[in-house]
Amino acid sequence: MSTTAPTQVPRWVTHVLVPVSNLVIAFLIAGLIIALIGEDPWQAMKLLVLGAFGATDLIGFTLYYTTNFMFTGLAVAIAFHCGLFNIGGEGQAYVGGLGVGLVALFFGGLPGPIVILLAILASMLFGAAWAFVPGYLQAKRGSHVVITTIMFNFLAAAMITYLLVEVLIEPGQQAPRTAEFSGNTFLPYIHDIIRSLGIPFGQSSLNLSFVVAIIASVLLWVFVWHTRWGYEIRTVGANQAAAIYAGISPSRNIILAMLISGGLAGMVGVNEILGVHHRIILDFTAGFGFVGIAVALMGRNHPLGIFFAALLFGMLYQGGSELSFDIPTITRDMVVVIQGLVILFSGAMEHVFRPHIVNLYLRIVGRRVAMEPAE
Amino acid sequence: MEEFFTMTVLMVDATLRVSAPLILAALAGLFAERSGVVDIALEGKLLGAAFAAATVAAVSHSAWLGLAAGIGFSVALSMIHAYACVTHKGDQVVSGMAINILVAGLGPTLALAWFRLGGQTPRVEGSGRFHPWHWPGAEALESTPIVGGLYSEIISGHNIIVYIALLTVPMTAWVIYKTRFGLRLRAVGESPEAVDTAGISVDRMRYQALIITGVLCGIGGSYLSIAQNAGFLRNMSAGQGFIALAALIFGKWRPWPTMFACFLFAFTDAVQTRLQGVDIPGIGVIPVHFIQALPFALTVILLAGFVGKAVAPRASGIPYIKER
Amino acid sequence: MTNSETDAPALSSDASPALELRGIDKWFGPVHANNQVSFEVPRGTIHGIIGENGAGKSTLMSIAYGYYQADAGEILVNGNPVKITGTQNALSHGIGMVHQHFMLVEPFTVLENMVLGAESGPLLAPGLKRARAELARLERAYSLKVNPDAKIESLQVGLRQRVEILKALYRGANILILDEPTGVLTPQEADQLFDILRALRDQGKTIILITHKLREIMALTKNVTVMRQGSVAANVKTAETSREQLAELMVGRSVLLRVDKTPAIPGAKVLEVNDLSVSDDQGIQRVKRVSFDVRAGEILGIAGVSGNGQSELLEALAGIRPIESGAFRFKGNEVNATCMRDAQEMRQMGLGHVPEDRQRMGLVVSFLAKESSILGHHRDPKYTGRFLMQQKAIVDDVTEKMDRFDVRPSNPLLRTSSFSGGNQQKIVLVREMDQNPDLLLVGQPTRGVDIGAIEFIHKRLIAMRDQGNAVLLVSVELDEIMSLADRIIVMFEGNIVGQLTQDEADERKLGLMMAGEQLSTAA
Repeated sequence: MSTTAPTQVPRWVTHVLVPVSNLVIAFLIAGLIIALIGEDPWQAMKLLVLGAFGATDLIGFTLYYTTNFMFTGLAVAIAFHCGLFNIGGEGQAYVGGLGVGLVALFFGGLPGPIVILLAILASMLFGAAWAFVPGYLQAKRGSHVVITTIMFNFLAAAMITYLLVEVLIEPGQQAPRTAEFSGNTFLPYIHDIIRSLGIPFGQSSLNLSFVVAIIASVLLWVFVWHTRWGYEIRTVGANQAAAIYAGISPSRNIILAMLISGGLAGMVGVNEILGVHHRIILDFTAGFGFVGIAVALMGRNHPLGIFFAALLFGMLYQGGSELSFDIPTITRDMVVVIQGLVILFSGAMEHVFRPHIVNLYLRIVGRRVAMEPAE
Repeated sequence: MEEFFTMTVLMVDATLRVSAPLILAALAGLFAERSGVVDIALEGKLLGAAFAAATVAAVSHSAWLGLAAGIGFSVALSMIHAYACVTHKGDQVVSGMAINILVAGLGPTLALAWFRLGGQTPRVEGSGRFHPWHWPGAEALESTPIVGGLYSEIISGHNIIVYIALLTVPMTAWVIYKTRFGLRLRAVGESPEAVDTAGISVDRMRYQALIITGVLCGIGGSYLSIAQNAGFLRNMSAGQGFIALAALIFGKWRPWPTMFACFLFAFTDAVQTRLQGVDIPGIGVIPVHFIQALPFALTVILLAGFVGKAVAPRASGIPYIKER
Repeated sequence: MTNSETDAPALSSDASPALELRGIDKWFGPVHANNQVSFEVPRGTIHGIIGENGAGKSTLMSIAYGYYQADAGEILVNGNPVKITGTQNALSHGIGMVHQHFMLVEPFTVLENMVLGAESGPLLAPGLKRARAELARLERAYSLKVNPDAKIESLQVGLRQRVEILKALYRGANILILDEPTGVLTPQEADQLFDILRALRDQGKTIILITHKLREIMALTKNVTVMRQGSVAANVKTAETSREQLAELMVGRSVLLRVDKTPAIPGAKVLEVNDLSVSDDQGIQRVKRVSFDVRAGEILGIAGVSGNGQSELLEALAGIRPIESGAFRFKGNEVNATCMRDAQEMRQMGLGHVPEDRQRMGLVVSFLAKESSILGHHRDPKYTGRFLMQQKAIVDDVTEKMDRFDVRPSNPLLRTSSFSGGNQQKIVLVREMDQNPDLLLVGQPTRGVDIGAIEFIHKRLIAMRDQGNAVLLVSVELDEIMSLADRIIVMFEGNIVGQLTQDEADERKLGLMMAGEQLSTAA
């Protein structure tokens, strides 16, 4: 039991330098794998960055992906703040999209802004509903939320496949998808908005949901650190015994956190269904829920960090897509590999390199400190 | 009556076949969890082993080499988990998730690069694959009522790995309860401090447990690609690693109950294939998607109902750090 | 009380000590846990090591039994220098440890715990057989009776400790180290333990007793080493010293054993407990139909060895633990099994709660100090508006609190974990006291707190009582109870076995009650 305060290194070292180093290591290994399959990592990297940021339409696509990752990253983050690992972002996003689509199909007659607003609400409600059962089971029955959310991902896939094939399918068509929505339900594209201001901008899928994502980030930041509900959620996540001591109900907050988490993930549906595809299609979530895990870990569960992490993954997705044209052996799967590496090094192994980096920093700054055991 | 019996025999047969990878993965999880390490990467190890086995088997035309490769790759993945979580006290669930995702991407990436087949391996046939093992007299007995069906369908005619899977259950029980290693393993999962002060290395025990985890998942995953099927396809493990985890919880981390849980889940899968398109009086045709969702739904129900209060090994999920 | 000293029979007349430590040094990062520690333990004696929390006693013995390695210094067993590389290695030299927090596997049987690490072979059956025979032999030799097939989880604390001792003996320990063995025992169980220790000593075993209880040193030991802040303050013969001298050596200055205070002026009843019963998480009844009152302007102390229901009682009163039966009235509001209040409601009624374990319950160590400082009061209008929390108001308020209670460093933006134990406790105290609660529940207020902070905290508690608030103090430190409490009740196995005023109370009476003896009021 030490009675002296531990050595403090500046906050930026632990909050920026270490996470960035973890990231660099993940990318180095990814580069090694690329080399292993016989391609040039540097070339791949250049093509990737160019493919993501090289022109306005490419930037648009990058930000379109970023939007999705912001939603799922925020979703995973709020659950983490309550000590929960929500792996169900995939299913929650899928069901959120279902909600969006149902509103668009059945209320498409209403004026545009109203439908859009209802659809956004529906995405949150449906997503939250899909997270409710795992949250409730964890809170009241102790069922591990990791397993139940994984199961719910599979259940979502089964349910929506069934709906698209048997119930909601566009009449007279073969493909498992709904009819296209009426035009007034379309979310405005950003490139259209920018062009209407007289500025040339390339066409892409980037739509107004990007703004919704930013608003959601800000609101979440305020909620988590500046409201009493956020305080209570964080207390439950940090120390359940202290929460009970303080009169905070763990079960209520677990459920609340999962509801918010599901609702955020559900908003992927706003981007994909309302903003891009304009119909419900199979598998539009395409792994975005899992990217959210990487994004939350990289971004250390803070909306600002999540934004940058989401941007990074947006770059990987878009750049990776362009890259596979030039280098056919590098596909989306490679991005998934990078995802896994990021989760590994920024998540599970986040403290592995910390003592070494801290020592390196201190050595450069001129002091020596004996290695402290990891907290 | 005859038809009912035949159907039962075929279902039991299918159940055994489908349960093999589940049993292997579940017991793999048992060793990990009993030592106090949560492992949700059973799925990733199954998939990774499937990929490695199919790759090596396709190239070498030897099923046994494929199996060795599958085991090797699975153990390597397990060692990553061990390094992150045991040596460096990382979060075990995050690590497991990382491995799952990593393998999901790595398999197709390497397969595409090496085989140019869109992310899968070439078809594995002949000597590269494990074939069903017909016991002596199976063909002759086939037509005999009752015994014939039992012998030729249920007992005989399975892949060697299925027999291995079934054998691992009593072996696991013996190791866990009757050996020094098993005693220490259980102790590490319940009270690592007691083990530490007895002069046994907690970390080493956990590494050993995770090696066994890797081996068992390696066999299970290899079964998927070079025995049950004929090559590696992306995501071919299809959630079986998670179902195995659920079976383990349902079986309360004990070998025999876990095996029965695996049978139960495998049975739902067997039923699913049988019931597809079949008109049930009073209900009609059950949509195929509902049946496919059955194992997952059942898992949730079990977790919510009976298993919610199952008591895991006390130290499960908590990294062991020497107290000052 | 004499320590009859018999030389170890049938061993060589070699006068070298059973264990000798020379110049032991141990660092944990910047903390110098052991600083040039040297002493010797003659064979066949009971040797005491005394010191406060953090003096380095446990670290030192951990080095002796192989759990840690010293950074410098020598260890000699029977006069021969040895290198102790691990716990197995220490046992091979005959050094065995009986831990304060038992190192037992609960679902296992006694036999399985005995053989863990000493299974004598890859298969269990032969090892278990051998252990069973050996256990019978040890039972005959030292009267250490225990059921080999009982599961640890079903055994009482005193019996569990016996298993720990048997474990060490089974592995051939000749030197037994016991770390705070009586912390969880009743005085009766402690006496039984002392008899066992004396029996072991008479049979030639050497015993090292780590304790912070002067009583035990005086009763059992031949020699004593006093540790203070990592160094040896003195090595003395027990017969040649006194409790006061040892206490002074331990602390480095004359210890003020009593706090100055004026007599209490008790007012109206604030808390009336009536036939209250509370069970623990396992469903075992821990508080058995207790009844007592607390009045405004007084400190009621609850004494007792930890584990006799005090914790569960506190938690039930605080609204954290459900009530099984019976009731209590707090300021006229009844709380019983059908009408329960949670912690928030109790607070709103005017209750403050300083929990026994501040790190587990009273604070969130990963939070910033300002966030820990509003724990339990975060919904207070002065901290939070309709939607947003008022960060500036919080920081100002917390800074003022920290200054007032001399919390160092008084920076609300530091992480709670970076404060020392005493300062963390002060954060909890000022938070709870500042609400001016009509009743303040306090558990183990000075556990893990340095001397300077202890005096401060005691003065504050007296001040609360002088102000007219009521204080319910639970503590395992008899000295603390005796100096602070106006009235003292003693809990034993869930019951209240007696009540004394401060003037009536002395250690003898309290010790007896803690052992379960009921005192008649005439005593």
